[in-house]
Amino acid sequence: MNAPTDHGHEHGHDHGHDHRGGKPGAKGMLPGILKGLATTAKTATRRAHTREYPDVAPELPPRSRGVIALLEENCTSCMLCARECPDWCIYIDSHKETIPATTEGGRDRQRNVLDDFSIDFSLCMYCGICIEVCPFDALFWSPQFEYAETDIRDLLHDKERLGGWMDTVPPPPALDERSAEPAEVAAVNKPARAPRGAGTTGTSGASGA
Amino acid sequence: MSALEVVVRSVAVLAAFLVLPLLVGQTEHKVMAHMQGRLGPMYAGGFHGWAQLVADGVKFAQKEDITPRAADRTIFRIAPFVALVPYLLAMAALPLHEGVAAVEVPASAVLLLAATSVGALGTLMAGWASANKYALLGALRSAAQLVSYELPLVLSVASACLAAGTLSLAGVVEAWSPWWLVWQLPGAVVFLVAALAELQRPPFDMPIADAELVMGPWTEYTGLRFAFFLLAEYAGIVVFSLLFAVLFLGGWRGPFSDELGWLWTLLKGLVVAVLVIWFRVAWPRMREDQLQRLAWLVLLPVALAQLALTGIGVVVTR
Repeated sequence: MNAPTDHGHEHGHDHGHDHRGGKPGAKGMLPGILKGLATTAKTATRRAHTREYPDVAPELPPRSRGVIALLEENCTSCMLCARECPDWCIYIDSHKETIPATTEGGRDRQRNVLDDFSIDFSLCMYCGICIEVCPFDALFWSPQFEYAETDIRDLLHDKERLGGWMDTVPPPPALDERSAEPAEVAAVNKPARAPRGAGTTGTSGASGA
Repeated sequence: MSALEVVVRSVAVLAAFLVLPLLVGQTEHKVMAHMQGRLGPMYAGGFHGWAQLVADGVKFAQKEDITPRAADRTIFRIAPFVALVPYLLAMAALPLHEGVAAVEVPASAVLLLAATSVGALGTLMAGWASANKYALLGALRSAAQLVSYELPLVLSVASACLAAGTLSLAGVVEAWSPWWLVWQLPGAVVFLVAALAELQRPPFDMPIADAELVMGPWTEYTGLRFAFFLLAEYAGIVVFSLLFAVLFLGGWRGPFSDELGWLWTLLKGLVVAVLVIWFRVAWPRMREDQLQRLAWLVLLPVALAQLALTGIGVVVTR
């Protein structure tokens, strides 16, 4: 619809009552009305922003805090995570097993075997301290978030369930271009130390190998 | 007219009355959503939510019908029908094609204007009978607005009728010629703005301004009665859009108008309806004083000037 006649009047009139007075109002009304139409029309021709979530899975960034996954093999039952957890939502049970000595006259060794590792996600506040504190890389963030339950008591997830989420843990993001090399790589590449008493003048290199 | 013909015509109007407003409503859902960068309804009915309004209707029918204790019961309960039925009558008198109208009366323009102004009474009744301060405030705002905008509306219709030399809508289309688009342009704009205000559509929705008046005159309504008010609003859009198409856009005039004339009328009406929806999305609500000022200081003079211009045009060309 060609509206200028009508809105031209409206504008001139509104300007008369504009308390800010002067020029800003003179530019304001008519272009504003047309701009509103233009903006909405332009938006209508573009793709909608709607994410059709249940039909289309969202693309979450790799560091999303969806759920905490457990890599059971790496866990030593050291209890650091359970102790650092601010709301005490990690429950760990373990027992010691004796591994017989592999050599004659050797000493038997003991190791911890994990019986139960549960996180109560009705208490968890997703701070990630357990993941930060784990010295053995047994805990990971996974972007998986679809584990709602109808009963709050069903939010206590055991180690099988937590382990199942390991598949959804994304690979760690690549390091920045000029960052220092990772600690593990640095440790491997570091020249071995010379054995003690090998001589004060000796080079610290090859003899260690 | 035989009894059978009366029945067929009535059923046809009723069907149009139930289908066209839903069509406009669904168009509004979708157009508004995309203008706001959304998708709108996507699930109901399977394909792009085409059955959303049917689902809404089912929902409304299931709701409890509540009448407030302090309300004026009778008036409260008949108000939705007073708002709705006039539009049914108006739709019956709208011609879609040469001789295709449910009710053919000589002065159909007058009948339409009369019917559409009765609808406003329903709003006023609803507001008064609700015994609710918000409803009353909304009803009074609505009354003030409808009284103000009735005049420019009638004058702009009068201009088109004067140009055609007849009060019959079919006669207006007969007399229409493309240069009316220029000659009657101010009147058409006045009609469109005044029709928006009559329908209480944004930017003229001060009577139901939900930020301050909850839902205006409809505040106390639930269930089907509330749905009837909504239906009346969308039926109003249909009626005014078709009226605009018939008065100012030449109705069924267009290529293949002998066979497809009715389609042209509907198509032109749909374009106007989309325009009405577009205005709702694009513009913020006007303040009460701005509303009144626009009606009396802008639309009325323009409508009068248009009437004079039409008069001069008619005298010069005849």
